[in-house]
Amino acid sequence: MSDLISPLGTLAATAADIAAARLSVIAPATQLSFRGREAAIGPAGAGFGVDLPRQACRFARSGARLAAWLGPDEWLLIAEDADPAALQADLQAALAGLPHALVDVSARALGIAVEGPRAAYVLNQGCPLDLDEAAFPVGMATRTVFAKAEIVLMRETPERFRVEVWRSFAPYAWGLLEEARREFA
Amino acid sequence: MLIITCPWCGERPEIEFVYGGEAHIARPADPSALTDQQWADFLYNRTNPKGRHAERWRHTHGCGRFFNAVRDTVSDFFVATYKPGDARPDVEGDVQ
Ligand SMILES: [Zn+2]
Repeated sequence: MSDLISPLGTLAATAADIAAARLSVIAPATQLSFRGREAAIGPAGAGFGVDLPRQACRFARSGARLAAWLGPDEWLLIAEDADPAALQADLQAALAGLPHALVDVSARALGIAVEGPRAAYVLNQGCPLDLDEAAFPVGMATRTVFAKAEIVLMRETPERFRVEVWRSFAPYAWGLLEEARREFA
Repeated sequence: MLIITCPWCGERPEIEFVYGGEAHIARPADPSALTDQQWADFLYNRTNPKGRHAERWRHTHGCGRFFNAVRDTVSDFFVATYKPGDARPDVEGDVQ
């Protein structure tokens, strides 16, 4: 959470401003991993305030809250407006009596925004997915790989991606993104 | 790089997946009733065909799910992928 020192602090502070693909650190937020079967999915969305997307590899956003489909029984819930304990309490009230797993993973990953007309090109230096808008449209979210790091990748706008990368891999991913966009400096 | 079709996520690059061995091998309901040979068959002995092979894969760096695939061990061609619990689909005979 925000009281931890970000391993990206110095890297972000000294990053060049390259308009083709800007890099920035996304402010830390509460993140929960929710897993549950059919009966628990609707109540979880009601408790969270965003219906959990049922289509594979999509995220839904409402205000300060985001729910991303990561698997057929697994969602990543991000809330910028609640601390983990309060959000867990809300969800657990909505999920009373329903088997599920709800884990606070707020400290697990760091968010990096990659934004600009060459954002997809830069990400493709390490990510093997087809990032054309036809194959990876706005609203898509998925776990995938970026070089040797596992990431969650979301497309927020045609030219803005959100990368969630595990904390210890973050400087590695950031360094490779820097390397990939250097040709546009 | 191979493109593998995850039953949930669709076409994805091979490096997101890990192989999980031959599919449709059920653990014996009562292991202690088996002979050593039968137990060894369950644990170790596989069909190892030249041609179509039903096998497990896991979309590790994706949805995380196990699923099954029919792959041709000669050409490495993925004939079909399907969800765990589904029967092995009818696919055309061996072609290269
Ligand atoms: Zn998948």
